[in-house]
Amino acid sequence: MTGAAVRAPGRAGVRIGPIGLAWRPRVFWYTVASLGAVLVLVVLGVAIGSTWIAPGIVVRSLVGLETGPDAFIITTLRLPRVLTGALVGLTLGIAGALTQTFTRNPLGTPDIIGVTSGASVGAVAAIVLGGGTYSVSSLVLSGGIPVAATIGALIAAAVVYGLGWRGGVQSYRLILVGIGVSATLDAVTSYLLVRAKITLATAASQWLVGSLSSTSWSSVWPLLIVAAVAVPIALATSAALGIGQLGDEVATGVGLAVQRHRLLVIALAVVLTAAAVAAAGPVGFVAFVVPQVGLRLAGTNRPPLLLAGLLGAALVLAADLLSRAAFPWQVPVGIITTVIGAPYLIWLLIRHRKEMSR
Amino acid sequence: MTTPPSTPVLEARGLSVGYDRHPVLTDLDLRVERGTVTTFLGANGCGKSTLLKAFGRVLKPQSGEVLLDGAPIRKEPNRQVARKLAILPQSPVAPAGTSVLDLVMRGRNPHQSWAKPWTADDADVAEQAIAATGLTDVAHRDVASLSGGQRQRAWIALVVAQQADTLLLDEPTTYLDLAHQLEVLRLVRRLNREQGSTVVMVLHDLSLAARFSDRLVVLHDGGVAADGAPHEVLTPALLERAFGLHARVFPDPVTGAPMIVPEADEHDASLHRERETVLASAADLG
Repeated sequence: MTGAAVRAPGRAGVRIGPIGLAWRPRVFWYTVASLGAVLVLVVLGVAIGSTWIAPGIVVRSLVGLETGPDAFIITTLRLPRVLTGALVGLTLGIAGALTQTFTRNPLGTPDIIGVTSGASVGAVAAIVLGGGTYSVSSLVLSGGIPVAATIGALIAAAVVYGLGWRGGVQSYRLILVGIGVSATLDAVTSYLLVRAKITLATAASQWLVGSLSSTSWSSVWPLLIVAAVAVPIALATSAALGIGQLGDEVATGVGLAVQRHRLLVIALAVVLTAAAVAAAGPVGFVAFVVPQVGLRLAGTNRPPLLLAGLLGAALVLAADLLSRAAFPWQVPVGIITTVIGAPYLIWLLIRHRKEMSR
Repeated sequence: MTTPPSTPVLEARGLSVGYDRHPVLTDLDLRVERGTVTTFLGANGCGKSTLLKAFGRVLKPQSGEVLLDGAPIRKEPNRQVARKLAILPQSPVAPAGTSVLDLVMRGRNPHQSWAKPWTADDADVAEQAIAATGLTDVAHRDVASLSGGQRQRAWIALVVAQQADTLLLDEPTTYLDLAHQLEVLRLVRRLNREQGSTVVMVLHDLSLAARFSDRLVVLHDGGVAADGAPHEVLTPALLERAFGLHARVFPDPVTGAPMIVPEADEHDASLHRERETVLASAADLG
């Protein structure tokens, strides 16, 4: 053995949890930086609007020191929108990181493997069919959309997983099946829209673009509850994810209960995606782009979950700010994230082909 | 090799395994004794990897069972099994961006839990595993950037870091040139000699298997065709039966282990005659 002995991490720094949380300075500092960016964007997001509110007042009222007309605008009108945006980004970012790691493929995102389309069918059905019956209060609707979206996402995930399973999950098979299932589900969504009353169809299509404009505290709470439960569980699976990506046999060899792990990861991704889609519609490409950016920033072999979540929050908040501040009319946030994300997908596909043909 | 009267490390009882209802091996009984190097041999499709997977609880038997230290392996918690038994599948792939250290650290997984997270001891074991496989200088390199031999040693280091007494290795020398094959097998034998590890592996090369194993098990036609020390097992009759190979067996001049030389077919024989003619005419001219 030549040279200086190698130093494995573990003697200094964070020692909570298994391997996955072993001390990695680069991941840590990028995570801290993106948390800072999210906080700044939250304050800016609340400050910017039809009337400008100074960030000092924003911060004071966020911590409860300010009461008055500004505080009302902040806590009742603007804060729910900003919080929804942050939580949508957080949950989509983590869901994307989970599925990309699990399928060992950057294309394996909730958007592409059918989960988002399933959630959309559920939510559109809730809007169109539920709204069609008389006297459906907005309270029932706001409870109905998350539940319907979750059911739709679960069914889509079960179908994709069932068809993609051949004694093991092959990522290409899963992705191809997912694309097919997504197309089918999108057709169902279109059918529902065509059959719906024009007012409901309009509401549903606005929602389908991915928009934060109609958010209120009632859209924050379900999302916050799901995030509060699912995000810590997702973070706790981090070590298992790192092992799972070595392949089923190696993972079994080092003691991972592969089947149970796989079901848990899929369930988490589905619940996180469904919650985000229920709150703001399918905000495009966040789950796809953000984990890959996190992966490249951190220089790790898989997207760090928390970093992906925070970058997702930052992306959605920034896109929403842009949609409100940079255009004379409000552009839905989903259009901006798609404009950013679609070229990235094309670039990744081209690069992927090159890598495969080398 | 003295056979201790204790329970075998691994035992297959009435084992039938296969894929999609097609049994590859039927009603097989086999015991693996502690501290030995056993190699499964056989023609392609004979079920040697299948048997190894059943021993490693990766493949569920269609009937019968596998016992680890006398207890049914599939009834024990996976993590507990992983502390006693390590497996290395054929040609595993590490995701891009995985360093040797990242990979080897995963081997500590069975020894960890929320109650007992990553500690300095785990770091020590990981470092020692890297040192023992001679990878200290490349510990921070991406596994994908290593040479074939180094890469295979990195995977073996993962298995070493697991500190299991028994190692199951499925074709650890695939895609390696001869020098790297030797390097890997010497490492395996050192683990057996120095740490008393029990090794069960699948190999293709008969002569290398004979050189590095205490015991060879040849599989053929859904069962065991021959089982014993290399010089007992590798006979022309067995090679004919299990591999359809006409060959002669000689003691290899370096270690005395059986060495296989295939018999010539007509084409080989005519080539041989041509060579002799050329040599003879060259001798005449000289």
